[in-house]
Amino acid sequence: MVSIDKANQTAVEGMMGARPILKGVAPARDVVPGMRPNLLLHAGPPIEWERMSGPLRGAVIGALIFEGLAKNEKEAEALVGKGEVDFAPCHHHATVGPMAGVTSASMMVYIIENETHGNMAYSNLNEGYGKVLRYGAYSEEVIAKLKWMNDVMGPVLAKAIEASGGMDIRALLSEALHMGDEGHNRNKAGSILYTTKLAPWIAQTAGDSAVAGEILKFLGENALSVLNPVMAACKAMADAAHGVEGSTMVSTMARNGTDFGLRVSGLGDQWFTAPAEVPDGLYFPSYTSADANPDIGDSTITETAGIGAFAMAAAPAIVTFVSGTPQDALNATLEMYEITTAEHSHFTIPQLEFRGSPTGIDIRKVVELGITPRVNTGIAHKDAGVGQVGAGLVRPPMKIFEDAVRAYAKQYNL
Amino acid sequence: MSVTKSEIRSGAYYDSVVLMQLQRNLLQLPGVEDAGVVMATPANLELLAESQLLQAEGKAAKPEDLLIVVKAASGAKAQDALAQVDELLKRRSGAATSSFRPRSLAGAVKALPDADWVSISVPGRYAAGVAREALEFGKHVFLYSDNVSVEDEIGLKQQAQQNGLLLMGPDCGTAIINGIGLGFANHVRQGSIGLVAASGTGLQSVTSAIHNLGGGVSQAIGTGGRDLKEAIGAASTLQGLAYLAADPDTRVIVIISKPPDAAVAGKLLAAALGAGKPVVVCFLGFAAPAVRLNNLHFASGLEHAARIAVDLSQQPARDSGSPSKAKPISGYLRGLFSGGTLASELFLGLNLFLSPLFSNVAIRSEQKVNDAHKSQAHTILDLGEDEFTVGRLHPMMDNDLRIRRLKQEAADPEVGLILLDVVLGEGAHPNPAAELAPAIAAARKARKELEFVALLVGTDEDPQDIQKQEEALAKAGATVYRDITQTLEHVVGRLLGAAEVQKSPAPFAQPLAVINIGVEGFYDSQSAQGAQTIHVEWRPPASGDEDLMALLSKMRT
Repeated sequence: MVSIDKANQTAVEGMMGARPILKGVAPARDVVPGMRPNLLLHAGPPIEWERMSGPLRGAVIGALIFEGLAKNEKEAEALVGKGEVDFAPCHHHATVGPMAGVTSASMMVYIIENETHGNMAYSNLNEGYGKVLRYGAYSEEVIAKLKWMNDVMGPVLAKAIEASGGMDIRALLSEALHMGDEGHNRNKAGSILYTTKLAPWIAQTAGDSAVAGEILKFLGENALSVLNPVMAACKAMADAAHGVEGSTMVSTMARNGTDFGLRVSGLGDQWFTAPAEVPDGLYFPSYTSADANPDIGDSTITETAGIGAFAMAAAPAIVTFVSGTPQDALNATLEMYEITTAEHSHFTIPQLEFRGSPTGIDIRKVVELGITPRVNTGIAHKDAGVGQVGAGLVRPPMKIFEDAVRAYAKQYNL
Repeated sequence: MSVTKSEIRSGAYYDSVVLMQLQRNLLQLPGVEDAGVVMATPANLELLAESQLLQAEGKAAKPEDLLIVVKAASGAKAQDALAQVDELLKRRSGAATSSFRPRSLAGAVKALPDADWVSISVPGRYAAGVAREALEFGKHVFLYSDNVSVEDEIGLKQQAQQNGLLLMGPDCGTAIINGIGLGFANHVRQGSIGLVAASGTGLQSVTSAIHNLGGGVSQAIGTGGRDLKEAIGAASTLQGLAYLAADPDTRVIVIISKPPDAAVAGKLLAAALGAGKPVVVCFLGFAAPAVRLNNLHFASGLEHAARIAVDLSQQPARDSGSPSKAKPISGYLRGLFSGGTLASELFLGLNLFLSPLFSNVAIRSEQKVNDAHKSQAHTILDLGEDEFTVGRLHPMMDNDLRIRRLKQEAADPEVGLILLDVVLGEGAHPNPAAELAPAIAAARKARKELEFVALLVGTDEDPQDIQKQEEALAKAGATVYRDITQTLEHVVGRLLGAAEVQKSPAPFAQPLAVINIGVEGFYDSQSAQGAQTIHVEWRPPASGDEDLMALLSKMRT
């Protein structure tokens, strides 16, 4: 019998030792493994069209329109109905995407390389707030913005990042955690750092100062600019912890708006899924939890890698999402130490005397203590095209951890 | 017509204080006539049944389920009340969770690394697992929980001992460590009396009496009610004793127990004899063998124990009279008495120390010697009994029977010490030593290691010349006393010796820092007493799912 503790130590050291560097931007079809024109990647565990929630369906429709495969909703649905569109989780293609996470072949993606282990990870570009594809919106303005991002901003970012020599996202995150971010719901500081670091290179490579100005304005006004490279960096870190024989450490948490999915380092690529829950949070004016879609998005990769809700103590400014006081933010992080394997060697929390953030969720501890991981998240409207209606806290269903423990026992003949 | 409605919440654990508050809050709701909120253990279900609150639905609940029953004036009112449960539970937790409460022992150890105690009061079926974990973390354990199996108790105490830790309990109600009460305890002065007790109320009663008499307590160590049973072998009591023996703040030790098993009592008293300090022994239900034997002071009851302890603690230190360190005898004792009452007195005096001990004067049937003509293990015989004297003179006048029996015993290689009384005075044999001494000398010649002790009863005015009798017996090789207590001290010293005092558990760090798992009230009380303490928001592992718990226990590497 393998020592689980040792296996988990190996896994978590892989995760913390990974050094994700932002290397560039390129169309998905050129870099994402297995990408092809009729394939749409989506957030979360595998799901068929029939079971997709509103926001995910909306994003699928929007992506098909964006790709020119359909002119409108009706054509898009017909195309899917004829079985001409393939779906696969982003996670099956070394990719992650926030909310619906829908990524198509022509979309520009960030390229992250883990320089320690050599694995790659990808994520699409962040669209900012308002009506956006990731929340299932696909109106003309949504598609127009996507085209601008892809045709104007994408190539400039590609050149700028290349010219900069790459950006160490782990170092950027370490700094952002000391500036009040937790890396999932709050990326204000990280986005500013990101924009600041790229600004001179964008100015140099854009060729046209008006374009450079437009891009810098877009990046600078979007407090989530850095979320997607951060998610891809977390994916690169989590993948470095995946596939360790005997490990009970979680290497993937992701939701598709219908199911919450979990993968475990020592259990190969099988998903453990159960219905996703509706987040508990604060709603934008005129919305209530009755409007909310169940939990959606690959952004739980941040919690998987030891930030997000796990680093809540670092981000007291957004404690209203959990319930109120800065003490609650500390408590949120302290609780996560109970179910994790290590304290992060690079992500430290000033409010906890620079303790490393709780890293490497252990399914054994989750089940034994009855504490599921905390997740900070945005809340999508359940209908396609409406967008974000709030933000708050959610936890994965306990069942997927229990199922994983049972599967582990079976696989390792316990 | 009132209506009763129930709700089961599977795997939702709350401590009973919370449930009682919830129950009280439910009762204050409009239309509610009665309410029961319990963890659905068989005992609790029975309570509900008695209050006519147990319905078919509730009967199906499992022990780890939370069962809420409301009886109200109408179905709607009952439903309303049930609907408010979450709100009522939340209202309470809002105030209590301002600072972080760990959910696991590991979390608590990180949060309060100075804690060297863990106080455990979780339901019995989980208690051994939590205690094991606490010991693995290198913590002393106060185990309040009951319903822990004897096998688990043995295992836990071995684990504690091997790691130099003390495990008090299971079912340990009371302790006072560094002046802080754990479990149920009274506010008592700190002082120089250390106690170790297999009885919670006994400990409370004696510590209170010590305080009221003007004395003070250094440490009061509980052991759990079963510790002095043969299966457990006084594991915790012996450790507690070792701790107090080594503790520089303790001048007087008190041991309290309900009737211990005979073999265990001997082992414990042997250790007490080696404690190097006065030890007050209060074994309820056992006749005190003497007022004092060496450093052991025997109390007739709890208050008496407190009184002796306080007196001793207020006297200047003196040699506590530990027995000699000479290698004790390994063989059995055989007592050959001419006087029935003397036989009884010595039997009762040695009864606490020697096991198994038989006699033809024993009161309890299991200690009656099977055949008075054949000794077994330690045996004390009254040779003046009818079974020996039919057709002959009483042994006080005729030494023949005793000498023959003396030879028989001396020839038995299992015998190590022969104890005789020699009673002088009018009517008795005119010169008993003249006949007994040669027999003793002969026996000692044949077996050098065989020891003799004679208890001489008489005065210097008796016709036999007590001085000469003593000299003759001593010359033959017997150790002679004219005093029963000295005789007992000698025999106990030779047969028990001073047992190796065990290695003391690690010293209790000052000030007391303790991790509390289970009943929240204990946390409140520890905290109010000024201890550094942290409460673990404990839940049954895997929400009480036994299959998962079994899998998880296999995954603990």
